[in-house]
Amino acid sequence: MGFIDHLIVNAEGNSVELNGAQILVQSLKDEGVEYIFGYPGGAVLHIYDAIFQQDDVKHILVRHEQGATHAADAYARATGKTGVVLVTSGPGATNAVTGIATAYMDSIPMVVISGQVPSPVIGSDAFQEVDMVGISRPCVKHNFLVKDVTKLAETIKKAFYVASTGRPGPVVVDVPKDITDPNIKVPYKYPRKVTMRSYNPAVEGHKGQIKKAVELLLSAQRPMIYSGGGVILGEASRELIELTRTLGYPITNTLMGLGAYPATDKQFIGMLGMHGTYEANMGMHESDVILAVGARFDDRVTGKLAEFCPYAKIIHIDVDPASISKTVKVDIPIVGQVKPVLTQMIEQIKESKKQPSKKALAAWWEQIDKWRSVQCLEYDRESPLIKPQYVIEQLYEVTKGDAYITSDVGQHQMYAAQYYHFDKPRRWINSGGLGTMGFGLPAAIGVKLAFPEADVACVTGEASIQMCIQELSTALQYKTPVKIINLNNRYMGMVRQWQEFSYESRYSHSYMDTLPDFVKLAEAYGHVGMLVENKADLRSALEEAFAMKDRTVFMDIITDRTENVYPMIESGKGHHDMKLRIAPGTPTDRELA
Amino acid sequence: MRHIISILIENEAGALSRVAGLFSARGYNIESLTVAPTEDSSLSRMTLVTRGNDDIIEQITKQLNKLVDVVKLIDLAESAHIERELMMVKVKTSEATRAEIKRIADIFRGRIIDVTPMTFVIEMTGTSDKLDAFVKAIDETTIIEVVRSGATGICRGEKGLHL
Repeated sequence: MGFIDHLIVNAEGNSVELNGAQILVQSLKDEGVEYIFGYPGGAVLHIYDAIFQQDDVKHILVRHEQGATHAADAYARATGKTGVVLVTSGPGATNAVTGIATAYMDSIPMVVISGQVPSPVIGSDAFQEVDMVGISRPCVKHNFLVKDVTKLAETIKKAFYVASTGRPGPVVVDVPKDITDPNIKVPYKYPRKVTMRSYNPAVEGHKGQIKKAVELLLSAQRPMIYSGGGVILGEASRELIELTRTLGYPITNTLMGLGAYPATDKQFIGMLGMHGTYEANMGMHESDVILAVGARFDDRVTGKLAEFCPYAKIIHIDVDPASISKTVKVDIPIVGQVKPVLTQMIEQIKESKKQPSKKALAAWWEQIDKWRSVQCLEYDRESPLIKPQYVIEQLYEVTKGDAYITSDVGQHQMYAAQYYHFDKPRRWINSGGLGTMGFGLPAAIGVKLAFPEADVACVTGEASIQMCIQELSTALQYKTPVKIINLNNRYMGMVRQWQEFSYESRYSHSYMDTLPDFVKLAEAYGHVGMLVENKADLRSALEEAFAMKDRTVFMDIITDRTENVYPMIESGKGHHDMKLRIAPGTPTDRELA
Repeated sequence: MRHIISILIENEAGALSRVAGLFSARGYNIESLTVAPTEDSSLSRMTLVTRGNDDIIEQITKQLNKLVDVVKLIDLAESAHIERELMMVKVKTSEATRAEIKRIADIFRGRIIDVTPMTFVIEMTGTSDKLDAFVKAIDETTIIEVVRSGATGICRGEKGLHL
């Protein structure tokens, strides 16, 4: 219900005129938007007044615009729909930039509506004026400045179209205040479809290329499937699983691709890259044919480019032609959406008389199993301290591996990626490309709004959580009972780890000696705080926390402060040059003095 | 290698900065850039001269194509094409040097389009190489100003860049 519904068409069926603010809100409704994440301010007051007078589109008031962008972004990651953000001009817009860049780097569909000062004063350094179109340009897929209220609905439609198609990404729509003037009314019509002559994203792959790719794949002796976030964005998990099982080949996922292939399946050999498994990285290094699906050969995946997969011929499927041969030259590029391309490949494989060599594949698996036997993710389970890996394993068991896990950035993020075995796509919500600390908590709120019945946990650290901790207040207001798993090692763990390895343990500013009492802090925000200091208490504490279905629980877990993430490919090294965990009992496992 | 990339782009505010921003953000170099509307006022045609190996040029064209405002583009270096640049040069003159400057300008098919007792303005079109050669041919100390438009170009024959 709302004022707009009955205004839109009058009894004679003629369209009725709306003002710009109403057009904006009605466009969002017609686009099927459920939630807007935002924060009001001068330039968007007309819009907020229109929001107030309807209840179809629900507004979530965050405590900082960065939180709005991360919440909308995570909502998009978990649901596949486009996230929507509304911020005011000036500082509202600039505060949103980190979140926009986060979404951009991970290709997340998002529409950000930013208020702007009235058109006549643009360029005069007016109060709360920034050139948002200019500031956001390098970190958006596209942006618009609305200059004419009669084009507003069409612009919103275009924004959603561009954000959600092809390689998705954030789109900013900058709306000057005069455009939403309540006194200027124009006929409203939300276009069903828009076409743009300058924007035609690829869909199906080139048949000839697909045929060549299948031939190469079937002739492989040491094949490897390497899949990324594109499989999740392209809803192609089912096709990836079918292809992988049909071929019987080993598969590794990138950080962004976790969950696209079930982690508990025997063909899955773990994540690859800087903190990937020994078997995944060695497998890549020794492989002769690599099928890259919706992955972009990011530097954290490839390590030293000159030593990347020296024996492999590479097939690369990507919806974005610019991703192909950007860093790594590939042999068979296929530009197209992952889902139809994989479907075509599966058909081709079924039609083909050729079969993968059973003998070669058996020998290859034997080799992979040898690498697996290194057990690169083992850690000191006997330690009396709470090991962060142990926390994630316990979290996995308590949530039966079925929770939505958001994370911040650092060691805890890698532990979550390594030890929480994601079996489904869209369950692992993290800032992979930009690496934005502060992402986890607002992200958890966004996910919980989308899936109120599901368990949502934010795996974080005591440094990251403080970057958007104000959103605890949002969690209370909108009753989004998430569980915060704070791996508290009293260090910026990943910074400390690099300083240990590369700077002779000079821990420059990676330590905070004035941490808040997180239990009291959680309580001050109206939530439940729990302190876990003893390993023996961890399991029951986790069970207790997840049993509190209607409360946000902040679990401050005091972990081994010297633990490092292994394996590690140090920057500038190749896949075969991994640093593995030092055996238990060595000095790195002891508390620092 | 030097490439001339011709781009048809939506004639909208900010379109130029999207292209310029892409080049600076990704560290590509722009030697020259010319922009003007086409016969269809909703479209601008941009001619951009850049240098790079094949991999870089491939990325440049892909990244340009990825810009939502870019409708179409062509790398003129890939086929037979005509390249032209406009230059205007203001030179100091004296009784003694006037005839010589005029003679050199004639050789390069330049035209003198402004004359004062002390100066000439010479107008010249041609490939960028030819304009370089002219600037070298005249006495460096006589040059007051050189204004160049940057190269622009068009494909020979049927081939071309249009909707």
